[in-house]
Amino acid sequence: MAPVLETVNLEKRFGGIIASHDVTLSVEKGARHALIGPNGAGKTTLINLLTGVLRPTSGTIRLDGEDITRLASHARVRLGITRTFQINQLFADLTPVETLGLAISEQQGHGTDWWRIVGSRPEVIERTADLIDRFHLADVMNERTAVLPYGKQRLLEIALAFACRPRVLLLDEPAAGVPESERHEILATIEALPKDVTVLLIEHDMDIVFSFADRISVLVNGALFVEGRPDEVARDPRVKAVYLGEAFDG
Amino acid sequence: MPSLRPLAAELPEVLARRARWTVLEIGFWLAAAAAYFVFPNKYLIMTEIVIWALFALSLDMILGYAGIISLGHAAFFGFGAYAAGLLASHGIIKEPVLALLAAGGASTLLGFATSFLVLRGSDLTRLMVTLGISLVLREIANKWSELTGGADGLQGITMQPVLGLYRFDMFGRTGFVYSLVVLFVLFVVARRIMNSPFGLSLLAVKGNPLRAAAIGISVDRRLVAVYSLAAGYAGIAGALLTQTTAFTSLDVLSFDRSADVLLVLIIGGAGYLYGGLIGAVIFKFMQDWLANLTPQYWQFWVGAVLVAIVLIGRDRIGRWFLPARRVAEWIGRFRPARLFGGASAGKRA
Repeated sequence: MAPVLETVNLEKRFGGIIASHDVTLSVEKGARHALIGPNGAGKTTLINLLTGVLRPTSGTIRLDGEDITRLASHARVRLGITRTFQINQLFADLTPVETLGLAISEQQGHGTDWWRIVGSRPEVIERTADLIDRFHLADVMNERTAVLPYGKQRLLEIALAFACRPRVLLLDEPAAGVPESERHEILATIEALPKDVTVLLIEHDMDIVFSFADRISVLVNGALFVEGRPDEVARDPRVKAVYLGEAFDG
Repeated sequence: MPSLRPLAAELPEVLARRARWTVLEIGFWLAAAAAYFVFPNKYLIMTEIVIWALFALSLDMILGYAGIISLGHAAFFGFGAYAAGLLASHGIIKEPVLALLAAGGASTLLGFATSFLVLRGSDLTRLMVTLGISLVLREIANKWSELTGGADGLQGITMQPVLGLYRFDMFGRTGFVYSLVVLFVLFVVARRIMNSPFGLSLLAVKGNPLRAAAIGISVDRRLVAVYSLAAGYAGIAGALLTQTTAFTSLDVLSFDRSADVLLVLIIGGAGYLYGGLIGAVIFKFMQDWLANLTPQYWQFWVGAVLVAIVLIGRDRIGRWFLPARRVAEWIGRFRPARLFGGASAGKRA
């Protein structure tokens, strides 16, 4: 199957520090691909490179064969690559309904409507209702985002990325910091994402990774270390070595 | 979990929540109109208030909605003021409303041209860049005295009747009505724009530019658009000052004016459009009252109030007036639709 997202020899240096080293990664269409690695392995840097928050020092990024290395963040979103953030990046003063309504308006190309009242387009309303429901936000949809329980904020974080109708969705530790009791709601939501959306997941929690992913890449010191099916990666002695060395501080 | 149908039926109402006119707002505008009858010998100062209100409204659009802090907003006010003055004194556009639009258009262009300097950088950079632009403009107006009259101000402005019908009178009655109508129309337009998807996206950009870009908003373009728009509004405010006083001088471009408009907005509160309007009323009354009380030290008290607002915080001051606020919120909940038995009102709003 053709890769939907590819990087070729991607390199990112901050001064003398190499954050990403010669990363050649390919994510298949519809895949549930996990990116794991010890702290500081460069996972978030890679996400930042893929989404245009950072510019690579060298190398190429392709989405469906098209070179997007030089495109700005917002332009990549329109091409179908969106992300969630490890630490919630939400609009504190907007409600979930407004947040999603806004993202959907943008996605449908109505973001620059300046004379229409928000919420006057049926197609925006319909999809907003769908997302509110799908991401279990109905009970808090009119609260200011800043006061939502953390688990709900986490759901909104994912819903917001999903609202952009991604072809590729990058999830940066979606369950990070969520209390055990609220975790299952988030996992169930991720599991229920439509199969035609390709998901690249960064996660520390190995239970989540192994229950979710059909492909795993291990990143160590900015470079791709091992890649394979979950059972292959689990058996790999080198991966065990990396994670055993890590186990005590992780 | 409610099923999808009722949710979708409920959402238009919920999303348009910010856009609905409340009784409190209607009361505000009725009171403004009533001022015409109640204070027939105060037209001049009331016109001044209206002009400050429009100027502060313009600052609110960039500061309260888009989060752009400016210490040089007088650049656009002054540019509009001189544009209107020159149009009138050279007889290029004689009819005031057309001249007002032309002055606003010129300021919009200036705003567009300078917006690219303001885009990048932190708040401090923006503060300095906007300040710099206004100082440069003031110095140009100062040196180019053949055109602007320099330090003496622009003389020889004769105003034609508004729409060819209403003459400007020495009591400022026409000036007040004219300014108030302009403020109202521009306020309604601003309100509409700020409650559109575009306006909502500005709030998003202000709240979190990183995430705004991550949901496909081209942050820079939105900022350019709102900055240009606000510059146009400021220019119209400046033009109104010229037209209602038949005079303009370097003072319209001064740093003091940029600082005062920020003060006006902070007194009234940024980010809900009425802040500039309410701030202008309080600011002008405070100035008037304090100047009577202590002619030499009134700025001391203005400064003290500012420090108090910033340090104590509007929220906490608001809490001292909680009973009054409850009443206001209670009144605010009534919407015309409900009063007049119109369409059903949402339960969640």
